[in-house]
Amino acid sequence: MGVTNGQQGRVAVQDLVKRFGPVNAVDHVSLEVSSGEFLALLGPSGSGKTTILMAIAGFEYPDEGRILIGDEDITWAPPNRRNLGMVFQRYTLFPHMSVLENIAFPLKMRGIGRAEREERARAALATVRLGQMGDRRPAQLSGGQQQRVAIARAIVYQPRVLLMDEPLSALDKNLREEMQIEIKHLQREIGITVIFVTHDQTEALTMADRVAVLDHGRLQQLGAPRDLYEAPETVFVAGFIGETNFCEGRIPHAARPGEPVSVALLGGGQMDAVAAQPLPAGQLIKVALRPERLRVLPAGNETATARVTEAIYAGNATTLMLEGQGGQLLRARIPAGAGLHEPRPGDAVRLSWQTADARAFIA
Amino acid sequence: MRSRAQRHNRAGRMALNAAAYAVTVFLLLPTLIIAPMSVGPERLLSFPPKGFSLRWYAEYFQDTDWIRATLFSAEAGLISAVCATVIGTMLALALVRGRLPGKGLIELLVIGPVIVPHIALAVAMFLVFEQLRLTGSLIGFAMAHTVLALPFVVFTVLAALYRFDAELERAALSCGAGAFRTFRYVTLPLIAPGLVSAALFAFIISFDEAVVSFFISDLDRKTLPRKMFEDIDFNISPTLAAVATMLTALTILALLIGYGLKRSMERRARAADTGP
Repeated sequence: MGVTNGQQGRVAVQDLVKRFGPVNAVDHVSLEVSSGEFLALLGPSGSGKTTILMAIAGFEYPDEGRILIGDEDITWAPPNRRNLGMVFQRYTLFPHMSVLENIAFPLKMRGIGRAEREERARAALATVRLGQMGDRRPAQLSGGQQQRVAIARAIVYQPRVLLMDEPLSALDKNLREEMQIEIKHLQREIGITVIFVTHDQTEALTMADRVAVLDHGRLQQLGAPRDLYEAPETVFVAGFIGETNFCEGRIPHAARPGEPVSVALLGGGQMDAVAAQPLPAGQLIKVALRPERLRVLPAGNETATARVTEAIYAGNATTLMLEGQGGQLLRARIPAGAGLHEPRPGDAVRLSWQTADARAFIA
Repeated sequence: MRSRAQRHNRAGRMALNAAAYAVTVFLLLPTLIIAPMSVGPERLLSFPPKGFSLRWYAEYFQDTDWIRATLFSAEAGLISAVCATVIGTMLALALVRGRLPGKGLIELLVIGPVIVPHIALAVAMFLVFEQLRLTGSLIGFAMAHTVLALPFVVFTVLAALYRFDAELERAALSCGAGAFRTFRYVTLPLIAPGLVSAALFAFIISFDEAVVSFFISDLDRKTLPRKMFEDIDFNISPTLAAVATMLTALTILALLIGYGLKRSMERRARAADTGP
């Protein structure tokens, strides 16, 4: 094949387009996942994340673009010839087969003999820590156990790539968090490439090496969790990942990404920020600023820039609701136990922030 | 207040039950009367029977004409049950999963035999079969009864397919199974209880079909219902009552066996989504 073994699990999606009627469900998306990487496809419903996964799995065929695994073009290959592992949202275990028969099924389809089948299925079952459950029926297992069996079934034939379509969304919160860590460990252990669809940003940030954020079929940003949170590139990513204050205003001159800008806020007042993307002059600008990056300092009446309207205590932090001079509503988060000033409702305060933490976008 | 409402409710339910039982008895009465009539010792059909005798049952088993008609019916029933189940299952699959043009037309054609009066169908089949020398042949009966049973098979299998989780087929594909092996190992075992009902339905429809059989039988190749018609014309002997009783018992037995089989298959193949 001309590819070294190390690149067998590389997945490349090139300029993918999928239309459903007049809607572009996937709109010219390109992304590359290297072998052994954990990529999350994150977005709200209708963002195209599942459609991309289904195109990789072979259950949807694209209108334009190509999909490569290793250096093999699999865009038009039938799903059963792609040699990928797939874990579905619902567990989709075969109810008429035992747990072990479920896991051995892909091996049976590959013509592997009974003895080897059983041995490998047992090994896969042990990998997902369900060693004793082989003879049970899927219906006799809990949701979390069923999903583990589904994972064992998807990795038993050692595929290059494992696709997961919101596999944890049916589980309750505690179990979900436990499984997130477990899947992450398993992925590192066997060194498989994982493409994981989720609408849960915490899940994506916790599990993935890199996250592709999608909205309306377009790729908004592809980056490490830290980059998405700290250096969002579009206003959608800034609003979608984590909590953010948005202040609207205008700038007098155009600015290139990274350049400092002084934004004239709509309600009055100036705000120092950094351009996160090319900003044309005169257009409406949105400045994004994380609540925990906003410093709240005590102030006299003449130096005050905001007033506290509410203080919400939540144990590890206190959230302040603030009203700026121009009537802007802002939130600030003050971590508990750091000895920081904690003003009360009605207090006048002065707000400050590092210019680099305030990122300006086209609204 | 509440107890009066409850009493009211109970009275209503009792009236409804009474009405339902009355209708059931009314419908069953002719069938129930035929059983005692079949054990009367006299040469003429009479009710109530004046004694108890199994001589008319013995008569049936000793009469080669009756036995020949019964075996012929059983053969035609088995062949058309198998044909209707195979063809009907393929049709139902095509209607649910396929992306074939003219789906609506195919559906109409399938429902056809239910809507078209049987007597019209019988005449049409007679005219065609006469030309093809298929009257009085096993193949002719099997074909005719397959057509008649097909709608029931298609609807039964469609119901089973709608209950079946289609995502399991995707799971099988992702495991490396092609379309055929996905059907063989996943879809078929899970809709099998529906297929058993469908096959049973088809067999019973063929076994007691009278109108079409009346037309396409000939002198020595005839089905049991046709033979019963002839018998009632020429000699109204209590053997007829004995045959009718056995036919009823057999049908009930077949339905019970089928029901039990279906239940036990369903219990074994309890769907995964009943889990937590």
